[in-house]
This record gives sequence, structure tokens and C-alpha cells, in this order.
Amino acid sequence: MSVEILDAPEVQVLELPPDETRIQVKNLNFFYGTKQALFDVSLAFRRQSVTALIGPSGCGKSTLLRTLNRMYSLYPHQRAEGQVLLDGEDVLARGVDLAALRARVGMVFQKPTPFPMSIFDNVAYGVRLYEKLSRHDLAARVEESLRRAALWDEVKDKLKDSGHGLSGGQQQRLCVARAIAVRPEVLLLDEPASALDPISTARLEETISDLKSDYTVIVVTHNLGQAARLSDHTGFMYLGQLVEYGETDQVFTSPATTRARDYITGRFG
Amino acid sequence: MNRRSELMLRRRIVDLMFKGFCITVTVLALVALAAILWTLLARGVGGLDLDVFVRATPAPNSHGGLANAIIGSVVMCLIGMLIATVVGVLAGTWLAEYGQGSPYGSVVRFLNDVLLSAPSILVGLFVYEVLVAPFHGFSAVAGGCALAMIAAPVITRTTEDVLRLQPSMLRESGTALGAPMALVIREVLWRSARGGIVTGGLLAFARISGETAPLLFTSLSNQFFELNPLKPMANLPVVIFQYALSPYDDWRRLAWVGALLIAATVLGVTIVARIIAREQHRP
Repeated sequence: MSVEILDAPEVQVLELPPDETRIQVKNLNFFYGTKQALFDVSLAFRRQSVTALIGPSGCGKSTLLRTLNRMYSLYPHQRAEGQVLLDGEDVLARGVDLAALRARVGMVFQKPTPFPMSIFDNVAYGVRLYEKLSRHDLAARVEESLRRAALWDEVKDKLKDSGHGLSGGQQQRLCVARAIAVRPEVLLLDEPASALDPISTARLEETISDLKSDYTVIVVTHNLGQAARLSDHTGFMYLGQLVEYGETDQVFTSPATTRARDYITGRFG
Repeated sequence: MNRRSELMLRRRIVDLMFKGFCITVTVLALVALAAILWTLLARGVGGLDLDVFVRATPAPNSHGGLANAIIGSVVMCLIGMLIATVVGVLAGTWLAEYGQGSPYGSVVRFLNDVLLSAPSILVGLFVYEVLVAPFHGFSAVAGGCALAMIAAPVITRTTEDVLRLQPSMLRESGTALGAPMALVIREVLWRSARGGIVTGGLLAFARISGETAPLLFTSLSNQFFELNPLKPMANLPVVIFQYALSPYDDWRRLAWVGALLIAATVLGVTIVARIIAREQHRP
């Protein structure tokens, strides 16, 4: 039987000093049509670190992630209220240049989504949208990105081949390379390993850990082990609310709220 | 145990019956197809010679070919496909990417479906009213427009369908790199759906290459060589229609040859479409 911690707080959210903050989310509410999916979420994502968002299915992790680069703006019935400050600038404000925002906030999805073009062109795609690089510089950028994504050695002899010819894990690392090639400040990962086998997952995790020296990485995951291994901070969400947010070690070893404790110890979820 | 084996036996019987039914129906369809092809081959191949491709349609009881009708068909199908591809691909893209939830989109989709099954003779009459009667003349352009009206709904529909089959994550990952939607559509989605769109185009071509009714009212026919698209042009379906019903042996022989040519073209195009579609599914 569980022993109820009587003085456990309902919500526990860590605050970061402003100079360490890359993204500050303030009182964020999110609606799919009339259905509200996020309730008054506030938190700060730290620079050059990995933050994991965990919680049961449908708790709003991915929704939160998709507000950070305004991905939801593709769909007319979805809207967000509140503030998402990227280096102090509200990305939810009217008139924000979405293309420029997405160049600063890159994203990798649940399933690998290589474009129907060569491996080289996949990585170069985003770069070509913003920069006019010489062939030599572009090739250097592609190589650098593929190296960062730990894919270079596997593909360097077949850059002209289709991206679809790679394995699932390779395709996902190709997508990481494609996202970091435009040199974003923030990298959003939406369950990036959920379609991968354990070996590919391990390689992808290495890649992600390596990226935090340069990027603010935010990863949504169902895999608690992955969150514990990868992240510096962890946010636990439940029913559209941010229930607990803090240092990963602390959230996993001594969660302050009952809900987070129950989820992490496998009592529900 | 006994009840279970009884159940298994019953399932095997039902399974066998269903399989048998499927096989029978397939064989029936294939036999019908083979019979048609065989008749066309048997009656058409005999009349197939070089003259068919180089000489114009003859007067009764004299020797000639189908060259003017072949050229006319090619010209009108080209005009039709040109218009239909531009209209169809753009309309289908709009329906799939922009107009999905909007009431206007639903209306367009519904009307397109109506057009998809509209009797082709009505299309011919419509084009007659709009492009033939006001200008006092049948023309290949009018014929091409009528064919375009039949092909465009097919292309619109297939384009919309294959674009909708593209995973939304592909769309989002283009957008997530900061590419505007129009660019994502052109460079990622169209490319990804290319096989399906091309297949749709080829099927539309197969559909219009044998259409007779819409051409009767628009291009009419022409006994002579005509390359001016503003004049009536001969075309295979109408020539087949006229010659097959004529009392002259020469004409009827040419009608069979024409039918064989159309069937062979459609068969060839369909096979190409299948091969492209299969290439597309290969990783």
C-alpha cells in the first residue's frame, strides 16, 4: 500500500534565473477548437541543456512542444494563449515571422521523415532556404551536420543516394542532421526514438547528449529511462498541466508531488 | 474437442467457398478481357499495314489509312491533357492542402465528383454551346477542351487522394525547417506523391483516348489531313464510330484497326502507370 505524503504539494515548478533561460513559457493555455489541452503552463527551458517532457499519453507534452515553434499554426482551429518568450521575444504574438522562428527552433518528429531527395539534398534543404553558400561551403555544412548527427561515416560514400534507402535509425539521424544544418538555437524532439530499435535508439541518444553543448534541446518521450539518461531537467505533465518541473535527478529520485511519484514509480500511466 | 474440429471444418468450407468465388469472378473478368483483346487482334491485325499510319482516311471502296485520325487524336489528347493536368493538379492540391475543412472546398469536391461521373455526351454538348456554336465551327481546340473536362476531374481526384496519403509529419517537417507551405508542397509533397499523380494522369489519358461522344459535337471529324487546331479534325474514336456502322468493307476493316490501336495504346499506358506506381512504393 502506498503511504500518502500528506504535505506533498500539488504542483512544483523550478524557476530559472533569466540569464540561463532560452525559452520562458508564461501562463500558456492551448485549445484544439473548443477543447482545452494545456492549462496555465509556465516554465523555463535552460540554455545548452536537455529538458525532457514526460507524462501519460494525451497529457499535453507534444502540444506544449508544438507551441514552441508555432507548428500548430498550420491548423486553423488550434490556438494558444499566453506567452512563449524566446530570448525575451514573444513567439505567440501576431506578426511573428514564422519561417524565421522555425529557422531558430528546429524540430524532429516521431517518425523519420526524409524528403524524397538525396541524402545531401535532405541536409542542404533548410540551409538553401536561408543562406546562399558556395558549393564548397554547403558541402562543408552538410558534412559537419552529418558528423554531429553521428551519421557521416555511414553515408559519406552515398550522399547522392535517396534518403529513403537508409534504415529507420539512420533516417531519424538524417532528420536530426537536417534540423541542425540550419543552426537553430533550440531543437525540439517529439518522441524521436519511438519508432526505432534499441541500438538505433542508443545511437540517437548519444547524438542528442552531444548536441546540448550548442543547443537548447527539448525532448518529449514516453521512455522514462531515456528521460533520466538524457536530460538535465524534467517536466512531468498530467491532464494538460505541468505538475512537476525540476532537476532530472531530483524528479526521478525524490519527486515532490504525489502524481509525479506515482507515474515515475509505475503506479499509473 | 469434437466441437472445435467441427468449427474448424466449417471455417475451412467457408474459406474454400469464398476463395472459389473470388477466383471464379477473376477468371470471368479475365476471360472477357481476353475475348475483347482476341477479337480486336483477330480482326484488326489483318488490316494493319504501313498505309494505316501514312495515308488519310479513304473514300468508300478505295485504299487508305488512319493517319489523319491518329494525328487528330494525338493533338486533341495533348490539348486535353495539357489543360486537364494544369487544372487538375492545382485543383487537387488546393483541395488537399488548403480547402480541406472549408465549406467552399466541400462544394468543389462534391461538384468534382459529379463531373467525374457526368455522361460524356453532356460534356460534349456543353462545349458545343460554349465553344462551337458561338464561333460557328467545329474545331480540334473545342474537342481538346471537351476531353480536358473529362480528364480534369480524374486528375483532381487522384491528386487530392495521393496528397492526402502523404503523412502530415512530412508536411510539418518541411514547415519546421522554415519553408513556406507553397514551397513544401512543390518541393516535398509533389515530389513524394509524384508516382501517384503521374498514374492519375495516365489513367485520365487512357480514359479520354477512347471517348467518342464529346468529340462528335466538338471536333466532328474530317476526311482529310488537317493540322490547324481551329478546324475540324479527324480522330480515331469518331472514325471508328462512323466506319464501323458503314456498309463498306474497307471502312469496317479500318474501324477494327483503329479500335486495336486505341486498345493497344490504353493497355500500354496502363502498364506504364502500374510500373511507375510500383517503383514509387519501392523504398
